[in-house]
Amino acid sequence: MSKSITVRYFAIFREHAGVDEETVAIEADTAGDVFEQLKNRHGSSEPLGHCKVAINDEMADWNSAVNDGDTVLLFPPVAGG
Amino acid sequence: MAIPSCYFHPLPVADVISITDKPIDPNVLRRELFDPAAGAYAGFEGWIRNENEGHSVERLEYEVYEPLAVSEGAKVIAEARAQFAILHAHCVHRTGMLEIGECAVWVGVSSAHRDEAFIACRYIIDQVKVRLPIWKKEHYADGNSGWVNCERCAEHAHPSAVSL
Repeated sequence: MSKSITVRYFAIFREHAGVDEETVAIEADTAGDVFEQLKNRHGSSEPLGHCKVAINDEMADWNSAVNDGDTVLLFPPVAGG
Repeated sequence: MAIPSCYFHPLPVADVISITDKPIDPNVLRRELFDPAAGAYAGFEGWIRNENEGHSVERLEYEVYEPLAVSEGAKVIAEARAQFAILHAHCVHRTGMLEIGECAVWVGVSSAHRDEAFIACRYIIDQVKVRLPIWKKEHYADGNSGWVNCERCAEHAHPSAVSL
């Protein structure tokens, strides 16, 4: 059964997607599933391990479960400092 | 003898990490770390450089997701406190467009002795760079631009991106 997930894109992911955020209906169990299924949106072929993810404003793992109504934040490789 | 702590804190003690779109002034910020028990202060400033990997850089644009940058930064400083005997620590990171020579990030630590200040300062800046949701886009002299650490991952999907 598909879930309604709000996805937020940052930096280069946002530029590729063309939007800050969007709500999608997808069949995903984990944050990693969301990333893989939205490759055409965020445009990244980077290994998951180079990127980070948060769910509902908490840092999460790619194995973290996503639930209907969650907001998933997709972070490209960071470069602070 | 008890000395009112306000005497040593002429400025309010700020959050342990802050994000700002205003210029960073380390000379003002370091005063927040004064403490009668502090015999050492170590500070780090990260500046905007005019070159990266052979490209002439004109300016740098930072993007920060502030809610998580602040919460993750607070964890980093808490980890530094747990590992090293420090008194105070503060990190300030810029967001927005910065010019060559501007201070993009500042870390300050005070402690009783210098070893702890140096090592905690190093720990904090190293973790800030790899953990906080902060990105920078370089704007090059030739008019192109590129997200640092990101362009390689995007080449496949976005062949027009400048290659680094």
